[in-house]
Amino acid sequence: MVETTTKTVSGIETEVRTGGAGRPLVFLHGGLGLERHDAFLDGLAGHFRVLAPALPGFGRTDWPREIRGMSDLACFVLDLAEDEAIEDAVLVGSSFGGWLALELLVRGPARFACAVLVDALGVKFGDHLTRDITDIHAREEAEVQRLLFHDPAVLARDPASLSEDALTAIVRAREAFTFFGWKPYMHDPSLRRWLHRIGVPSLVVWGAADGFVGADYGRALAAAMPGAGFELIPEAGHYPPIETPEALVRLIRDFAAGAAAAAA
Amino acid sequence: MMKVWHFSEMAYPPAWAAGHELGSFRITLPNRLADPERVADIYHRHFDEFMLCDELGINIMLNEHHSTATCLNAAVPLTLAILARITSKARLLSLGTPIANRPDPVRVAEEMAMVDVISRGRLEMGLVKGAPYEIAPANSNPTRLMDRFWEAHDLILKALSPEPGPFSWEGEFFHYRNVNIWPRPWQQPHPPVWITGLSPHSGRAIAERGHVAAALLSGGIASGMFDAYRRRAAELGWVAPPDRFAYCALVGLGHDEAEGRRRADEVAGYVRTAPIVAEPFRNPPGYAPVPANVQALKAGPQKFVARVKTVDGRDVDPTSGSVQEFIDARTVFAGTPDQVFEQIKQFTQEVGGLGHLIIMAQGGTLGYKDTCENLRLFAKEVMPRLGEIAMPENPYAELAQKASSAAE
Repeated sequence: MVETTTKTVSGIETEVRTGGAGRPLVFLHGGLGLERHDAFLDGLAGHFRVLAPALPGFGRTDWPREIRGMSDLACFVLDLAEDEAIEDAVLVGSSFGGWLALELLVRGPARFACAVLVDALGVKFGDHLTRDITDIHAREEAEVQRLLFHDPAVLARDPASLSEDALTAIVRAREAFTFFGWKPYMHDPSLRRWLHRIGVPSLVVWGAADGFVGADYGRALAAAMPGAGFELIPEAGHYPPIETPEALVRLIRDFAAGAAAAAA
Repeated sequence: MMKVWHFSEMAYPPAWAAGHELGSFRITLPNRLADPERVADIYHRHFDEFMLCDELGINIMLNEHHSTATCLNAAVPLTLAILARITSKARLLSLGTPIANRPDPVRVAEEMAMVDVISRGRLEMGLVKGAPYEIAPANSNPTRLMDRFWEAHDLILKALSPEPGPFSWEGEFFHYRNVNIWPRPWQQPHPPVWITGLSPHSGRAIAERGHVAAALLSGGIASGMFDAYRRRAAELGWVAPPDRFAYCALVGLGHDEAEGRRRADEVAGYVRTAPIVAEPFRNPPGYAPVPANVQALKAGPQKFVARVKTVDGRDVDPTSGSVQEFIDARTVFAGTPDQVFEQIKQFTQEVGGLGHLIIMAQGGTLGYKDTCENLRLFAKEVMPRLGEIAMPENPYAELAQKASSAAE
C-alpha cells in the first residue's frame, strides 16, 4: 500500500505517495494530479518501490513563483530522484506527466533505465491548422468528461459530496495544468525534434477511447522514439491509471521485466 | 463637482437572435454574422453621439471587448484616437485596456501617449483585468493574471513617466532592452489612471496606488469596494476624496416616467445580453482564486452566472431582470429628470460619495434619436443640479490623521 508523505524537494514542500519495495519506479501524474490514483499506485507497489510526487501547483504541494515551465518541473523530478538516490529506475508518465517524462528522457537522465509513456501530451505532429490535442478549455465540462474517459458514468462524482480538501486539490490541479499547458497548447513545439535522443527502452501505452489526444498521435509518438513499443488499452480513455489500473500495472510490470532481461 | 461620462459598448443587435439561439453572444458566435456595412453604420452613428456629448459637456468613456455581438469596439485606442481629433472639450476615458491580455505593455503606453498628445491632454487611462470571457479571444493565460496585470501596470506607468528613457525591463512576464516611447504623454507625470474592480480586495489594491476606483452596474459592489478603498487610504495616511470613486449605471430619461423607463428598458438590452456566453468561457481555470473556484465547483457550472443584488438583498438574474429590479440594484437610473436626480442623490449617499458618474445613455437596441434625447435631457435637466448633491463625510478621516502623524 502506498502512503502519503511530505518531503522537501528542491526546497518545495511536496506531497509524495510512497510504498512497495524493489526496483524504484517514479510516477509522474497527469492533468488531474494524484486524485483517484490509489488503486493504480497500490498495484504498482506490489512490484516496485513507488515514488509519486504531486508536481508543484498540484494537490497539496507548494508552488513557488519561479516554477514556471516544464524545464523547472524536470529539474524538480531530477532533484527528487537524487534525494532518493534511486538507480536503474522505471519512469512512468501519464498525460501531462508523460510530457514531463519526455522532456526528461531527451536529456538522458542517468537514473532511469526504462520508460512508459501513457497517453502522453507534449508533442506536435499536425500542421499549424491541425490540432493534435483537443482544446478542453473550449468544451463544456460534461463533454470534457466524455473526451477523457471510456465510461464517464462509472467515474462521475457529485462535487457537493467531496471534502473541501479534495475539491481544493481538484481546483489546484486544474489551475496548474492550465498554467503549464496554456500556450503553446499542451505541447512544446521543439520536443519532437529531440525525441531521437531517447536512449532507454520505452513503451507507449494508449487508452483506445482517449478523445483528448487520440491513439494515432500515440502511434506517431512511438514511431518517433527509437525502438519504442506501442500498446492499446481497450476500455480506457485518457487516464488508464484511473480507469484501468490493473491492465496498466500489468503492462508496466511486464515491460519493465522484459527491459531488465534484455539489458542483462 | 461630479463629472459625467457617457459610455456605449456599440452593440450589434442584428446578431442577437443568433446569439440567443446559440446560447452565446461571444467567442463561438461566428463572425460571418457581422455585416461590415451595417457595422460601419453603427460605428458612425456612435461617433455622432459622442460628438453630441462633446457639445453638451458630457465626457466620453469607451471600453473594448472581443469576438462578440455585444460590443463592436474591439480596439479602444483606435476609437479614442478618432475622438481625440473630432472632439475638442470632452475628456476621453479608456476603461479600459485589458493589460494582462496584452503581450506588449510598451505598445499600450505608446498608444495612450499618442491619444493624450493628439487630444492635448484629455486622456484618462483605465487599466482593467478584463472579464473571464476575454481570456479565450486574447489566448491569454488565465493563471497568474493579476501578477501579470500589476507588472504591466508598473511598466506602463514607468514608460509614460517623465524620467528620461531609455530604460531596460527584465521582469517576470515582460522583457525589453530599450524602453523609450515617443511621444511622451501631454499630462505629467502621466494621464490619470483608473482601475475597475469587483471586491474590497481590489479597493485596497487601488487605494495603495491612489488611482480612481471604478465600479460598474452594481450598487453592492460599489459600496464594498469604495469603503475598503477609503479605509486603506486612511491606513496609509490620506483621506480619499470623492474624485477617487466612479460608478457606471444605465440611464433612461424621458419627459415622463414611462418614456424614461422605456428607454432604460432598451438600454438594459446590454446587461441582458452581455453575460450570455458558452459555459467553457465563463470561468477559465485560474482566473478566479482557488477558494472561489471550490465554491463554484460545489455550485455546478450552470450556476456560475453572476447575479446582481438589490439593495434589500434580492438576487436579480441580469439576463432577464426588469427595469424596476435593475433600479433596485442601482444598475439603472430611470424615469423623469427629477426621479433620476433623486436616484443619483440617494446612490451617492449609499456609497459614501462619488466623483464620477458614468452613464450608459445608449445600450442594447436604443436608437440614435432616443439616445440623443436621453443625452440632451441628462445634460440639460440633471447635470446642472449634480452640484447640489452633498458628499457624505469620509468616516476614516480620524484614522488617516492618526496614521499620518504616526508616520511623521
